[in-house]
Amino acid sequence: MLPESKKTDLDQRLGALTMPESTGWLQSAREAARERLSVSGLPARRDEYWRYTDPKAFVQAAPGVVATENTTEVFADLEAFVITVENGVVSFTGDAPAGLEISTLASVATTDIHWAREVYGALEAAGSQPVVRPLASLNTAYAQDGVLIRATAPVETPVVIRYAPGEDPILHHVIRVTANASMTLLEVGTPGGRGNTVAEVEVADGGAFHHIRVQGPDDARHANTHTFAALGEASTIKSFTLSANGALTRNEAVITLTGDDAIAHVAGAAFGKGDFHHDDTVFVTHDAERCESRQVFKKVLRDGATGVFQGKILVKEGAQKTDGYQISQSLLLDDDSVFLAKPELEIYADDVACSHGSTTGAIDETALFYLRSRGVPKRVATDLLVLSFLAEALDEIEDDDLRERVSDYLADWLAQQ
Amino acid sequence: MLNIKDLHVKLEEEDKQILKGINLEVPAGEVHAIMGPNGSGKSTLSYVLSGRDGYEVTGGEAALEGEDLLEMEPEERAAAGLFLAFQYPVEIPGVGNMTFLRTAVNAQRKARGEDELSAGDFLKEVRAKAKTLKIDADMLKRPVNVGFSGGEKKRNEILQMAMLEPKMCILDETDSGLDVDAMKLVSEGVNALRDAGRGFLVITHYQRLLDHIKPDVVHIMADGRIVKSGGPELALEVEQNGYADILGEVA
Repeated sequence: MLPESKKTDLDQRLGALTMPESTGWLQSAREAARERLSVSGLPARRDEYWRYTDPKAFVQAAPGVVATENTTEVFADLEAFVITVENGVVSFTGDAPAGLEISTLASVATTDIHWAREVYGALEAAGSQPVVRPLASLNTAYAQDGVLIRATAPVETPVVIRYAPGEDPILHHVIRVTANASMTLLEVGTPGGRGNTVAEVEVADGGAFHHIRVQGPDDARHANTHTFAALGEASTIKSFTLSANGALTRNEAVITLTGDDAIAHVAGAAFGKGDFHHDDTVFVTHDAERCESRQVFKKVLRDGATGVFQGKILVKEGAQKTDGYQISQSLLLDDDSVFLAKPELEIYADDVACSHGSTTGAIDETALFYLRSRGVPKRVATDLLVLSFLAEALDEIEDDDLRERVSDYLADWLAQQ
Repeated sequence: MLNIKDLHVKLEEEDKQILKGINLEVPAGEVHAIMGPNGSGKSTLSYVLSGRDGYEVTGGEAALEGEDLLEMEPEERAAAGLFLAFQYPVEIPGVGNMTFLRTAVNAQRKARGEDELSAGDFLKEVRAKAKTLKIDADMLKRPVNVGFSGGEKKRNEILQMAMLEPKMCILDETDSGLDVDAMKLVSEGVNALRDAGRGFLVITHYQRLLDHIKPDVVHIMADGRIVKSGGPELALEVEQNGYADILGEVA
């Protein structure tokens, strides 16, 4: 039974939502998710994983923020297949690159058979244990649209999802990378004043999924995202997120290494000032042998901004030779900013190497003076040191060209602040 | 070029007077050396002139071509033409050496109201100057001073000096940590910059650097004051007899 306050929150939130029309498998998945939600209720401040981030803005019935224009040119002239999401509606034109099948959730809602039925809601359901993810369950139940991508071969051409802001969109993407296939997904912008986005990513044996996300720079947005990933044998996921500004961002990554020798790298760089609250919550489960996981998160906080990192590595029984690594670091540019970190390791195998670390620091005064003594103004010198601090997270982007684009974008954005 | 009058400096954090009335004038075109035992205040002088935090000027003045240095931010002093080659050059991971150099050169040009150097012109100039200092392309690409040997760091300082073309160069124990070959290379780099319009202040413990960079005037500093000034022969005297004789003589 839900406590009264949670029941009220849930009734109010669901009262403001309409489940989009769908039939068959999608309808069943939606109803199962709503069932999970009715058991878990919506998040509240007292919940274990919401102690550092107030979920009120995500829970309340109406979005508290009006969407603002949100264009970034970070991947503008890249040769890519571009998908646009505007006000929660997915659209694209032309044929997908060879090796990719792309459709929209809305277009298959009343289709009896679609490959996505095996993934949609399934990874979210699995990832909602042992920790509930109510906002993700809500997403599965009420998603208006989403991008469905199946990669069946190694594909060089990246797919770009470009978000034009909407009011309060709920988007649910499903990506399936089949055995030995690979693809790159780039996401740009945030989908709304308040946005709830889930991506379920299934990577089969030998497959690889590369993911880069650039959130922002809309100042006021409330963004809540979940990435659920399940990895087969010798498969790879590498995901990087840059967050520039935004009033409230919660990015959750729930990754399970289910096949031996799989690799999961998840990284993030965030910069925010003032009314900025940024939360990375990561849960990596090792459920096979000789897998490698890496979490690298860096935040730069200014003028009273708050950063949160909750990262967990769970090594299940039998997941021998696990190599797990986690680092979270913050650079506080003033005394008013706060970084809260909760690293967790839970290990049930006896032959593993897991390490974690967390640091909080101020700008290096010696380095700052060195730069200024060469004529670099304080502002520019500080930016250079901020970039240098974030570089280690950006280094997680494997592709040189993409890394440079993200880095240049960040430098330009910083210079305009 | 550089005029220091009765400069008094104490540490900001504690009540400790470091400089107790420095008087020094370095005219354009001359090289002055400051020698002195540990703790005499040599490095403090270089930091105060370049604007490092942690020091409080309690009296006196310091001017570069008549402009009051002590009122300026560190970057303004640099733009005005002051350059300090650090005793311990700072490592800055994540900032490419080339990016750093270009940012510095263009920031100074901008501060002086000059046009920024184009990427092409900059590259040409850096490569040429780096070559004479035996700084290879890899060192230019790497993060500032990260993984550089002691000698590489000092050469990198001289490269910055060559690129920034300051009017007044202060070298703070540039010879420390250098082997003979590296010292020669660094000295050649400095000598190449000697010019009628440029002044040098070379801070060192040892006479050996002054074999390579020939000073016009040598000052001996002790306990926050310049206690004796003279020609290059003064450095030799220190080399042969140590500081004790000179200090005893002054006292």
